[in-house]
Parts: sequence; C-alpha cells; structure tokens
Amino acid sequence: MSAPVIEPVRAREPKTPAARPGTAQRTTPARFDTALGWSDKPGLSWALRVLLCATALAIFAAPFLTIFSGAFSTNPSGSSLSFLPHHPTLLNIKVAGERGIWDYFTNSLVIAGGGLLLQLVVSVLAAYALARHRFRGQALVLTLFMLTMMLPEEVIAIPLSLVLGHVPVVGLDLKGTVWAVILPLGAWGFSIMLLTEFMKDIPTEIEEAARIDGVGEFRLLWQVILPLCKPALGVAGVLGFIMIWDQYLLPLIAAKDPTDYTVTVALSILRSDPQVGSGVVLAGAVIALIPSLVVYLLLQRSLVTGIAAGATKG
Amino acid sequence: MTATVTAPARRRGFSRKAVLPWLFLAPGLLLALVFKFLPMGKGIWLSFFKVRPFLGDKWVGLDNYTRVLGDHRFQDAVGHTLVLGVGISLGAILVGFLLALLLEGQARSLKLVRTAVFLPVVTATAVVGELWRLMYYPTSDGLINNALGFLGIGPTQFLDNPGTALWATMVMGIWMGAPYNMVIILAGLAGVDRSLYEAAAMDGVSLWQRLRYITLPAIRPALGIVLTLAAIRGLRVFTEVYVLTFGGPAGSTEVWMTRAYTLGFTRNDIGGASAASVVLLCVTLLLTVTVNHLRKRGDVR
Repeated sequence: MSAPVIEPVRAREPKTPAARPGTAQRTTPARFDTALGWSDKPGLSWALRVLLCATALAIFAAPFLTIFSGAFSTNPSGSSLSFLPHHPTLLNIKVAGERGIWDYFTNSLVIAGGGLLLQLVVSVLAAYALARHRFRGQALVLTLFMLTMMLPEEVIAIPLSLVLGHVPVVGLDLKGTVWAVILPLGAWGFSIMLLTEFMKDIPTEIEEAARIDGVGEFRLLWQVILPLCKPALGVAGVLGFIMIWDQYLLPLIAAKDPTDYTVTVALSILRSDPQVGSGVVLAGAVIALIPSLVVYLLLQRSLVTGIAAGATKG
Repeated sequence: MTATVTAPARRRGFSRKAVLPWLFLAPGLLLALVFKFLPMGKGIWLSFFKVRPFLGDKWVGLDNYTRVLGDHRFQDAVGHTLVLGVGISLGAILVGFLLALLLEGQARSLKLVRTAVFLPVVTATAVVGELWRLMYYPTSDGLINNALGFLGIGPTQFLDNPGTALWATMVMGIWMGAPYNMVIILAGLAGVDRSLYEAAAMDGVSLWQRLRYITLPAIRPALGIVLTLAAIRGLRVFTEVYVLTFGGPAGSTEVWMTRAYTLGFTRNDIGGASAASVVLLCVTLLLTVTVNHLRKRGDVR
C-alpha cells in the first residue's frame, strides 16, 4: 500500500572522500569519481562528454528558447522557429492580454498561493501530531494519508466534480470559486509524510525543555518545532508549488465557465481561438512558464533534495 | 474553513492528552475525507447505478462495468494506455539513466547542465504540450521536421497522423520524465563506494562489467522507487494526451482516462465513467501492491 519510501531530508553529506574534491582526504584520481570513469582532462573522453552534454542541452533545454523566441516574434508560424525572435515584438503579449490572459494568471496565482498555504498549514499540523504524539489509530491515519497519494484527481474526477457542485452537510456549491481548486489540494499525503519524517528526527530534549518551561502545544509547534523544520518546509513548499501549478484536470472540472480557468488550462482557449495566431498561444505559454522558472531557479537545491528523497510530481 | 480547530479547549477535563493529536489532525483528515475519500466512495457507489438527473438513480448492478469493458473504444484505450505507460516508464528510466551517467560529477559546469536539463520536470504539462506542438509543427519549418530535413526525411505530420500520434505522445512523456529519473538515479550513484571502482580498475574489469556488477546493484533501490512511480503515473496518463492530441486523430491516442472523461463530461454517462474510474483505481492499487511486494522481496535477497 505504501507509496514511495520517503527518507528524511537532510543536508546530504558526500559519502566518499572522492566526492569532496579539494579536501585533504582526496586520494583517488578523477576517473574513479563517476560510474563511467569520465576524465576531467582534455582528451578524447572529455571531448565526447562535451559533445554529449551539448546534445542533452539541445534536446532538453533548447526547446524552451523556442517558446520565448516564438512568443516575441511577429510571425512565429513561418520559418522563424529559431532561437532568436524574428522581428521582435510585444504584440503577442498584448493580444494575449486582451484575451484575458492576466485574469487567468491572477486565478492561477491566487490558487497557487492559497493552495500552498493551506497545504503547508495542514501538513505541519498533521505531521506534528503524527511525529510528536502517540495515540490510538496512528497507523490508520498514516495509511489514510498515504492513500490520498493513490487517489489522484484523474481517478476520482467525475465524482469529485459532483462533490464540488454540492459539498455534503454544508450543501455549498464551490464550483466557479477558487476554493473548488484550493480545498482538494489541501491534504497532500506526500507533504504530510515528508514533514512527519523530518519532525521525528528532532530531539525530544528540546521539546521537553520547552514543556518544563510551561510552553503550550501551539507555541511549542510554532516557536520551537517549526523553526527547526525550515529545510523540510522549503522542500514541501517548492514541490507543492510545482504540483499545484501543474494541475490541469482539477481547475477544468472546478470551473463553472471558462473565466474561472487557470492560466495553464486557458492555453487551450487561446489555441482554439481562430483569430489569434500561434505567437499569442506561445505568449500565454511563456506567461504560464515564468512562475515555475522563478520558483525553480530560486529553490533549486530544495527541489533536487526533495526529489532525491522520493518525491512525486502531481 | 479550518478555523474550527481551536474551539474545543474547554473539554479539558475529558483527557486532554487523548484529544490533542486529533485536533492537529482534524484539518487534514477533514479535507482528505471530503475531497478524496468521499468522491472515491461516491464513485464506487455510482458505478452500480444509471445516473439520471431529476429522475433519480437507478440500480443497474454490474451493467456499467460490462458496458465499459465490452466497449471497443475502451478496449482500444487499454492498448494505448499500456503502450504509453510502459513506453514512457521504460523510456524515461533508460534516458534518465543515460543522463545520470553523463552528468554525474561535482564540476560546476555539470551542475549547470543538470539545472538546464531538469527544466522539463518543473514545467507545467500544459506548457510542455504547447512546446511540443511547436516542435512537432507539421511543415518543414517545424523544429523536428527541420532537423529531419537535414537527414533527407520529408516533413511528417506527427500529431495529425494516426500512425505516429501515439509515438509522438510517448516521446513527449519520456522527455518530461527522464530528467526526473535522472535526479533519483544520480542520488543512487552518489552512494556508490568509489574504492570499488578503483579496485575494479586494478582487476582489469571492463567498463561494461563495472556498470553491470558495481553500479547497477548499488542503484537498484533507487530504480525500484522510479519504477513504482512510473507505473502508477503511466496508467492514469491524462493531461499529456489531453493537451497534445485529446485522444485524436481518429482515436489513435485515446487512453483510459481521456475515454472516461469524454464519457462522464461530454456524454454525461456518469455511471459508466465511474465504473471506468473504479476499474483504473483497482488496477493502480493492485499494481502498487505488486511492485512494492516484488521490491521488498528483492531487497531481502
């Protein structure tokens, strides 16, 4: 039943002396640093590696340059699919703006901000209970949260759309509001598991000392435990943002009419609009891309640590 | 919505210690209950009914299941889902492994290349879809057709041709998944004991044997995680197909979830769509349990 094994996130120590170049312990030559034994001196192996790296960049990174150049080109459907814009222009962005792209973008930002905040608060509270308390039913609760990772929106989309239209007991119709996207994202098993594992590693002495001083539960969590969890919060935050920004089906079923869409879903509206060209669609794609780029470049370390610890995208 | 947590402080006399954890768990459990488990239960329930607005639901037993499983479009979708799921999973693992072997190391330049290569993972699937539409542009101006032109291959209509659309979707899926696997495999590679490589070199072991007998065993746990994730993701593939081809052309890329989506939201057959979702859920659960079981057995050995 268990989804991926999540190990606590720590600043990873290089495991061998060779992985720490420049230190006194370094004894092995560079060709034993890697599985393939790449040499770091210019030569045939070095040249081959540079060539292969260039190919990898061309395949995985260069396409991003084409969206940017297309978004700022006057006529991107012609032969101008190059890495530099053809007749640079801001017209595509302007037209996309007239088609409401900034409204969709605002929807996305509100959902990402609210969703992330809710996700983190819920995860911190749940993780605190799971990691620092012992109670009946603990194993069951853990299993339930793990199960939420097994129930992605795709599988429950149809009944979820009914629930969003009429939330039981309170009888609210959430459809068409940002809550219809934010609330289902609140309980994310991955984030809860990650923080639980991390909090388990905090020494109990710290907690006991605070308790003797008469610190209450909420203050203990807020002022003692939480500051120690910063690395894990960074990981949960960046992965949560990427997961929320990637949501497609959920905003689609949560919308009452197309003005409720997020910017990623709205790309399909731009595409099916016969009056705008592919340059405008690409302008929309660039606008949808930039927040992920910013978050990624700022919090890259957290992200890579988190994924190496067994993360899931979406 | 979650503000209710602080209320029952007055129940102090009633074993405060026992209630406390549940207060902290309440928001998470409530949200999971209402937006995950309730829809799941409702989906299972509805899969046995013919859902009729205003007339009330009518119990039809296993009718929805037999209808869905007997529908030839669903049967085609099973094939496409399996081809896509297996192709993307294995392709992304292979490419991710090659990338990890290529980009392993501490040099600054390698870190930069890794950062750039990882971009597809952080990009929203919808944006990736637009990007690949551009790459697959059907005239000779398109990026890939342009490159193929140098090799003397005429322009291909990747997405508009029933013979190539599924493969085109698979390539996009591998492109999105490979750098993600690269990171997990790199973490595995970092744990390999360097002195083993050195000892192997002294024994005159070939590069292939070194990979086969030192590197692969060391990263097997990492590969296990990658495989579990890929298998689960592969079966519920939806967004990739939705943004790139939406099942077309001529149903050649229709997968299980796009079919269920069409049934539920376009044709309003809620019962049938629920049955299809339940089938997928069961298969996903079964697969996860099996993979985990196999992995545990593998670890013990």
